[in-house]
Amino acid sequence: MAEGEVPFRILPALSERSGFFWRSGRDGVLRFLRCTDCGAWLHPPLPLCPVDHSKNLAPTPVSGRATVHTFSINHQPWMPGPELPYTVAIVDIEEDPSVRLTTNIVGCSPDDVYIGMPVRVVFEHHEADDGEVWLPMFEPDPDRAGDGERGQ
Amino acid sequence: MNASDIIERRACVSGIGQSEIGRRLDADPLTLTLDGCLAAIEDAGLRVGDIDGLSTYPGAFGPSGFSGAGAVDVHDALRLELGWHDSGIETSGQLGSVIKACLAVGAGLARHVLCFRSVWEGSAQGSKGRAGIMPGGDGKKGVRASGFTEWTLPFSAPSAAVWIAMFAQRHFHEYGTTREQLAQIALNARKNAALNPNAIYSEPMSMDDYLSARLISTPFCLFDCDVPCDGATAFVISHVDAARDLRQPPVRVEAVGTALRGRPSWDQFDDLSTMANRDAGAHLWTRTDLKPSDVDCAQLYDGFSFITLSWLEALQLVPTGESGPFVEGGHRIARDGELPVNTHGGQLSAGRLHGYGFLHEAVVQLRGQGGARQIAKANPQVAIAAAGGGNTCGCMLLTRD
Repeated sequence: MAEGEVPFRILPALSERSGFFWRSGRDGVLRFLRCTDCGAWLHPPLPLCPVDHSKNLAPTPVSGRATVHTFSINHQPWMPGPELPYTVAIVDIEEDPSVRLTTNIVGCSPDDVYIGMPVRVVFEHHEADDGEVWLPMFEPDPDRAGDGERGQ
Repeated sequence: MNASDIIERRACVSGIGQSEIGRRLDADPLTLTLDGCLAAIEDAGLRVGDIDGLSTYPGAFGPSGFSGAGAVDVHDALRLELGWHDSGIETSGQLGSVIKACLAVGAGLARHVLCFRSVWEGSAQGSKGRAGIMPGGDGKKGVRASGFTEWTLPFSAPSAAVWIAMFAQRHFHEYGTTREQLAQIALNARKNAALNPNAIYSEPMSMDDYLSARLISTPFCLFDCDVPCDGATAFVISHVDAARDLRQPPVRVEAVGTALRGRPSWDQFDDLSTMANRDAGAHLWTRTDLKPSDVDCAQLYDGFSFITLSWLEALQLVPTGESGPFVEGGHRIARDGELPVNTHGGQLSAGRLHGYGFLHEAVVQLRGQGGARQIAKANPQVAIAAAGGGNTCGCMLLTRD
């Protein structure tokens, strides 16, 4: 894969409910649904707040900062995709660690990824027949480098 | 809870059966399914006309090989006349279908329920391996991720191998579990498979073989992943009153575990060092006076090796976080150890019969029919069969009558 070329991805079906999430990267900002009544963050998107059942939900910007909760370095060619090996991770969102995303860690060697690693969002832009998609990937956060450093 | 409310106790496993099992049989999956079903009915000493209930997991499921037949296929092929029938994938793991059958028997909806699980993933994948059945495995544009895969497929994480690997990695992080400890699940399975004539892989495997195998998704190597195969497993679940005079000694259902209290999600679950089995395992012990220390053998799902470690803890057979040290060296989980595990070779070596193989083996051991692989302890009385991982798990505690 040439420098700067985006890898093959199976893109998400853009539904009424989740479309905002996949298009959020258009302005470089990650958003999750938040209940405007009780303040709860929720993911994946739902038609109501699972805490107070309010339907007053709004896509709400977050900092894009997150922490690696767990990860796996994938070596298996399941499908055409990123160059092997690549890192799949589950990250905790800074605003609410119970809100997690399965994602990829990019911008560093898989060997440099560790649980507790501070990361920040970076979007991978794709054009599909029915619209554009920005996949939220995560890269090492230079502002918090060394935080949660892996143990010896 | 009154004992009379625990209606699974009115049920027993009266018959077990399997079709031919192979890596790639290229056989009609419905033939394999019916072979397994008829073998179970025969084993019970029943006739097809005695069957008045039917249950299966996951039901008809398209061309991936994940299911060899739906309930209606077997219902119609055997011209069954049913008081109760059910199938589906959204249940407490693969054994959820058997647990439902126990409840149906306990509730009087049926006397003899035929349960089956049939796979032909070996043939369906053909020479392309997993990519042959993976959505988007051919790299064609236009495939879209929806449902729960909407949140994993776009990140090139299409397989439970990757998702479960992340649970394992979290467990490694929190408790210091190692690949050498994980290896014991695979090595133990292979040792037992060598004594199971129906197992797929029986040649010896060493720690060196394991550690030098190619990586799939860290910490998993090839030998941490179960082997796709073709074959069917079936049971007859009977009311205890209807089973007394049958051919085989009935194996009683003492209690089942079905709970799922955390979020039913592979990545949003509250504690990724464990999984849905945490809730199902704890639930089981609320429905019996037996204790984890009473268990004579444990047949614990190993779609991936780590899931067996996870079940050991979920079922409180070892304290939380201590499954790695418990299996170290392999002697405690061997057939002559304090807690024999996966005595048929598990899915890692005996083939991915998907959940039902563990209940089959629990019954074999309690009947004393294990032959060369029968556990060393004489007259085992209590066994556990547990199946599923991630967000779908269920378990059964079984006793000799």
